[in-house]
Amino acid sequence: MTRVAILRYPGTWSERDFQHALSLVPGVESDILWHEDADLAGYDAAIVPGGFTYGDYVRAGAIAKISPATRALRRFADAGKLVLGSCNGFQILCEAGLLPGALVRNRGLEFRCDWVHMRVESDTTPWTAGLRGAILRMPIAHGEGCWVADDQTLSDVESRGQVMFRYTDERGAATPEANPNGSLANIAGVCNEGRNVVGLMPHPERCSEALLGGTDGYRVLANLAPALAGAAAGIYR
Amino acid sequence: MSSSPMLTGAETAQPKLDLLSEVGLTPFEGARVRELMGREPSALEWAMFGAMWSEHCAYKHSKKLLRTLPTKGARVALGPGENAGAVDLGDGLLCAFKVESHNHPSAVEPYQGAATGVGGILRDVFAMGARPVAVLNALFFGPPSAPRARRLLSGVVGGISYYGNCVGIPDVGGHVSFEPCYLENPLVNAMCVGLVRRDRLSRANTARPGSAVYLVGSDTGRDGIAGASLLASFELGAQDDAKRPSVQVGNPFLEKLLMEATLELVELDAVEAVQDLGAAGLTCATSEVAARSRVGMRIDVDKVPRRAKGMSPYEVMLSESQERMLVVARPGRESDVERVFRQWELHGVRIGEVTEEQVLEIRSEGMAVATLAPALLADEAPEYDVTQWARAPRSGGELEGRAPRGAAEVEGGAKSPDERVAPRAYIEGQDDKEGGTARRETGSDRGNVGGAASAGHVVADSRADQPLHKIGLELLDLLASPAVASRSVIYRTYDQMVGTDTVLGPGADAALLRIKGRKDGIAIAIDAQPRVAALDPFVGAASAVAEALRNLVCVGATPLAITDCLNLGNPERPEGAWQLERTIAGISAACDALGVPVVSGNVSLYNATRGADIWPTAVIGAVGHIEDVTRYIPVTSGRPGDVVMLAGSASVGLGASAYGASIGVHDVAPSIDLALEARLQRFMLAAHQAGTVRAAHDRAEGGLAVALAELALRDRIGMKVTLPAVRGIDKRVALFGEGPSGVVLVLGPSLESQVRALAAQYDVPVWTLGTIGGDLLEIAPVLGLPIAALVDAHSYGLARALGREV
Repeated sequence: MTRVAILRYPGTWSERDFQHALSLVPGVESDILWHEDADLAGYDAAIVPGGFTYGDYVRAGAIAKISPATRALRRFADAGKLVLGSCNGFQILCEAGLLPGALVRNRGLEFRCDWVHMRVESDTTPWTAGLRGAILRMPIAHGEGCWVADDQTLSDVESRGQVMFRYTDERGAATPEANPNGSLANIAGVCNEGRNVVGLMPHPERCSEALLGGTDGYRVLANLAPALAGAAAGIYR
Repeated sequence: MSSSPMLTGAETAQPKLDLLSEVGLTPFEGARVRELMGREPSALEWAMFGAMWSEHCAYKHSKKLLRTLPTKGARVALGPGENAGAVDLGDGLLCAFKVESHNHPSAVEPYQGAATGVGGILRDVFAMGARPVAVLNALFFGPPSAPRARRLLSGVVGGISYYGNCVGIPDVGGHVSFEPCYLENPLVNAMCVGLVRRDRLSRANTARPGSAVYLVGSDTGRDGIAGASLLASFELGAQDDAKRPSVQVGNPFLEKLLMEATLELVELDAVEAVQDLGAAGLTCATSEVAARSRVGMRIDVDKVPRRAKGMSPYEVMLSESQERMLVVARPGRESDVERVFRQWELHGVRIGEVTEEQVLEIRSEGMAVATLAPALLADEAPEYDVTQWARAPRSGGELEGRAPRGAAEVEGGAKSPDERVAPRAYIEGQDDKEGGTARRETGSDRGNVGGAASAGHVVADSRADQPLHKIGLELLDLLASPAVASRSVIYRTYDQMVGTDTVLGPGADAALLRIKGRKDGIAIAIDAQPRVAALDPFVGAASAVAEALRNLVCVGATPLAITDCLNLGNPERPEGAWQLERTIAGISAACDALGVPVVSGNVSLYNATRGADIWPTAVIGAVGHIEDVTRYIPVTSGRPGDVVMLAGSASVGLGASAYGASIGVHDVAPSIDLALEARLQRFMLAAHQAGTVRAAHDRAEGGLAVALAELALRDRIGMKVTLPAVRGIDKRVALFGEGPSGVVLVLGPSLESQVRALAAQYDVPVWTLGTIGGDLLEIAPVLGLPIAALVDAHSYGLARALGREV
């Protein structure tokens, strides 16, 4: 049984969506933990879901990063446990320094909700195991999803293979038209140097059932299934 | 019960500088207040009456007519009069929903006005213990070429996006109209749908003496003071900028916390009553809970947390600060209530208690500053019978609501002057009010309303003289026109999928939501027919009901009930009164014929600017049920070789159509055959049950040609069809003519005879038009267009019309 903690901050709204999507993955059980008393002991993985934590009134994720849960999350990540941040969760992980770069207002300054395609750039994380080169179709829903970094960080991220997902067209070409928010190098998701923490703007939990228009999200979340998790962990250890 | 004085446009009721009209009451109403109170009320009491007896809160001019709407039905769990209505989905689950307007605030401050409109309708639904699962909007602006319309649209859409996305409720559909009559006075209607277990349904009528009363959420500020009574209940005028302080400011993050806390309190069964603070703020919430529960309440205004220093009891009681709820705790559960507030980091304060005697006592500095029976505020407002002065524009005899025979052009029949005079005169009146710019803004210099009307036949315009080989270009223009083009430029800024229940979102005939842990699902549609209603309010309202329900049927759902938002002009004028009466009569007739009740609604009157009313605009939100959510009618073009059919009515006209608008024609409303509509909807559901329907699409704005083009656009697969042969029909009327009760069906090749038999059984006319296939939309004998051209026109038309880069 893989135990997954889903963190809930004031303003989080994807926690129940993730819990439902994970309920479809055999051998995975998840709990929603309130940010103030989040005890991650005994969990194999943690998910930081989407939402508007604290209304994003200061800066997306800026307040959440000083929450008790985020401190617990840092210890959890340092211990090599698996962490996934989606949408606002990605923003929080970047704000907290657990992932490189930062997320700013979309080019076009407009909130965008749409289906996008992205290419899996690396399968050497537990989250993307077995997906190398796959073109995934997932929904996005964000106003601040433009990933930016200084030149040094960008080249490090590229050279160390920390780019996990890149926005592309349906054939896998990373064109400017396929970039929904102006992210540098069409980057949709990155991982940390330890490769156990992954963040992405798209919403895997929204495309884990055919009824909702796609199942590519399931291909990512299914990596949490015990049989796979072990193997995946082996890849980066 | 006496009626309010008849007023002409010029001397319409506006607040003046004496106490009575400062609080928005007429002398007649003032006298009634004194009589009911048996004494001279205090200034605060006057203000409370002013707010609670405002049109917005008391429905003075509409209540009598609203009682004529059908509200009963086997599936109705909660009818009108509550925060929202509810239908029974079975197995102990209810679906609560309501549509509400936020027109005047949006006209004055579009971004916050629209945002707080969403906030208000969400609170109405979660105050009942229902978790909101979807919001929809119906928006009406002036022509997209007008700078004011562009500014209002950006503000309104931005506000809806900001608020709904932050709270995390998916926006799954909507309606948008662009017409000159909405240039000054836009309409912003928001609908919310929520789900609640029957045993958790929370009501506002269950407060018991001795219970503690809490005010929770945002601190009370000076924003929105008397917004309902002063802003929403009078016409817009020159000094509207001065009314900006009457517009509230929204905080969606706080709303999200308030929603989670309220739902948790209801789940814990720790509360006796919950009421959101909207129009008339604390005055409305306290008096309504007390009146509905037949108890009294003692409130200490000094305990209410303030955002500003030195606020008077008047300001506290009348403030419309957003994101506040009144919570009546169960005796002994106060600590649970306070713990939940704390957990969600909410400021909740005990401001009073429920009392035995039916008296609402407002105290400040140890003294009673207002003491009155809550029922006087909540239930005793006067009701006016608008039918006493209702008069059809420039003709007296229209009150029996006979629809002009709009299909006449199609059948080539002549129209007698009597049948045409009312609608024509009304439209000319509109044009006078809108001024010459109106027609220029619609970009229709090719014809004019009066001219086309007197010519009698819609094809008597210069464009119709063009050779038919140009008609393909006319279809492209129509697909790109604001009335028809894709709304994606708007809805892509709304989160449509949060909650992971959205099976069909914006762009489908109706939205479809699954219900986690269940086999069934709900379909939702929101529609309006202002262009028809402008010519005949009765047919316009009935058509809006028919269209909303037809859209549910087009995804395979069985209609359950509707909610209505009636946006009209000044009911004190004879025309406005007539429109109100006709609109409600039209909804009533359609509901009776189609077997669907009204479970909730909202009325927004005085949508007029400097004496010019908007077109009567009934917005209809409909909810349907689908037994197996995986068995819906998909949004597809069908497969090559599939058969394309038209079912229902082929009698259409250009008089109230989008094509007519593009050539400046707006003269005759279509007729509606509600019996045929009912048969069509039953036939559609039967055909779907039999598993014969591959795809379906309502024939709406742009007529049959646009319906066929939109089908082709779904999967970008073409088709080859022939126009239905209708006697004497003009090709353009057949292509672009609009009328109710038409659906395009796509069937598997072998199923045509089976569906024809079914149609005959339900007495529904059907025409076989052709087959799916190829990469052209071919409508013989008049046009053939590559799908790519349709895609470009339809996808980018609205952005281009709004002057945005695409």
